[in-house]
Amino acid sequence: MSFLSIRNLSVRLKNGPPLLRRVSLDVAAGEVRGLVGESGAGKSMIGKAVLGILPPSVQITEGEILLDGTDLLRLSPRESRRRIGASCALIPQDPLTALNPSHRIGPQITNRLVDILGWTRAAADARAIDLLAEVQISDPARVLRSYPHELSGGMRQRILIASAFAAEPKLIVADEPTTALDVTVQKQILRLIAGMQARHGTALLFVTHDLGVVSKVCQKLSVLYSGLVLEDSTVTDFFTAPRHAYSAALLAATPKYTDPDAGLQPVPDAVIGAVRAEVDSFDRKAAHG
Amino acid sequence: MLDAKGLDGRSLVRRRAGLRLWLSALWLGMLCLAALLAPWVAPHDPLSQDLFLGRLPPFWVAGAEPGYWLGTDSLGRDVLSRLLYGARVALLVAVLAGSITCLIGATLGLLAGFLRGWVDMVISRLIDIWMAFPPVLFSILLIAVLGPSLTSIIIAIVVIDWTRFARVVRAEAMVQGTMDYVASARVAGRGRIGTMLREILPNVLPTIVVLLTLEMGIAVIVEAILSFVNLSIATDDPTWGGMISEGRISIHQAWWVLVFPLIALFLTVLAFSQLGEGLKDRFDPVLR
Ligand SMILES: Nc1ncnc2c1ncn2[C@@H]1O[C@H](COP(=O)(O)OP(=O)(O)OP(=O)(O)O)[C@@H](O)[C@H]1O
Ligand SMILES: [Mg+2]
Repeated sequence: MSFLSIRNLSVRLKNGPPLLRRVSLDVAAGEVRGLVGESGAGKSMIGKAVLGILPPSVQITEGEILLDGTDLLRLSPRESRRRIGASCALIPQDPLTALNPSHRIGPQITNRLVDILGWTRAAADARAIDLLAEVQISDPARVLRSYPHELSGGMRQRILIASAFAAEPKLIVADEPTTALDVTVQKQILRLIAGMQARHGTALLFVTHDLGVVSKVCQKLSVLYSGLVLEDSTVTDFFTAPRHAYSAALLAATPKYTDPDAGLQPVPDAVIGAVRAEVDSFDRKAAHG
Repeated sequence: MLDAKGLDGRSLVRRRAGLRLWLSALWLGMLCLAALLAPWVAPHDPLSQDLFLGRLPPFWVAGAEPGYWLGTDSLGRDVLSRLLYGARVALLVAVLAGSITCLIGATLGLLAGFLRGWVDMVISRLIDIWMAFPPVLFSILLIAVLGPSLTSIIIAIVVIDWTRFARVVRAEAMVQGTMDYVASARVAGRGRIGTMLREILPNVLPTIVVLLTLEMGIAVIVEAILSFVNLSIATDDPTWGGMISEGRISIHQAWWVLVFPLIALFLTVLAFSQLGEGLKDRFDPVLR
């Protein structure tokens, strides 16, 4: 059974348009699923819904989010918070705002273990040192005493990765964890996440724009457009025989996978038109029950 | 100790800021001591009148009397002693009014800005309604109802100024609330109040400190103004505002009665605002 199973999840802006349209997807234990789609497609929204951090301006209108078989949406807020905290973690996009500027790195990693999960201070401190070593930070003791602004972006992202793995979560949501970094650092960070994921056997929901990243770290992927899942495939199937015309266009738009000399091509208008029509027909059907 | 770092521009700016901070702290520290120790350090009883010693000039002016360092007013009361006793009222109002205003305003602002939703709606509406009242009218009305006393001055300041804290803190808490570190804390299982206190508050604190010290300066001015128009404390204990008001009448015969309390007032208000700016830098981990 999948560790995370999202069933027909619909989210809309309060009194506004739908943002997610009956999204379904599964992430098995230890599996990596990529979430791809253009900007505004709702990728982050899915991650936020799973982690219970949707903005107050949106609401869930239907569906289930099964975490280890239990529907989070049926639990009390307190209980769902507890379950999410015990088994999930987030690697956010922007390492600049993802660490609290007022606290030293050490407490930012350990306080949660101590306060919320009931670790002893000594165990948490030892764990923090081990984790920083695991993400290849050379002087863990010094870094733990630093403030975020004293560290580079790549360093901070390593710390965020370490922090995400700290309590051995079953599932991590990584929301474009390399987009804010420069290209040379991106590769290292990506390799780091993939390595950690494999060693710890953590399931990963990996939000990205980049099909190259998907091909390297994911086993499954969901293609999203305007909150609608257009395709749900294994990565092998997707790259060899995409099922949806939009997927094929996305692949064609990423020249590396077709003709390296072709240059970047936009998704053709005809394909966009067809996808829009699909979204409209979904909304019409939803309106008629 | 001088090192290479001492030469670059940033540390020069910092050193100057440090100097400001220390000078203001020094002045306010001395003032606190003066206020606490007034009965022991004041050379004379601030209330005792002696018409034969009226309008004595300060010590460096011809005609000064030894022991009356800053001269006497037209009733022969010692200006220095009255200044020292006046500091008690000024600081008491500054500290009490400032911190109560801060506590109420910052708490409401933090709750509104971080919790959003209906909490924010209620508090924001309250702020809007509050701000529709003209503040001076409001304070005079309040004191007219409560009767002039130290307590009513403090209540008037709190009632009028809590919105300054609430508005600014609300806006900052709202910005901080959208940061990813807040999302991470929530994912990890921190409750809303816990997140507010441990994640948001430390980042809003520098702003709160600045507002608090500014508010203390404002409280000193407000107390002086109310004493000036005779709406402050009902007793004849000396206040800076009261001294300014009395000194104004005899400005041509005895300028010192007006000028010394004015200087004390000015320096104190300045010191509070500089203290705030200096502390802000100390509190801010990025600038520290
Ligand atoms: N706080 C919010 N309030 C209202 N609408 C929002 C909010 N956050 C996102 N949206 C809207 O929800 C939709 C999906 O946003 P989401 O952030 O999930 O997109 P995304 O696929 O992650 O895009 P990107 O690649 O740019 O991060 C967008 O249309 C966006 O405008
Ligand atoms: Mg996003």
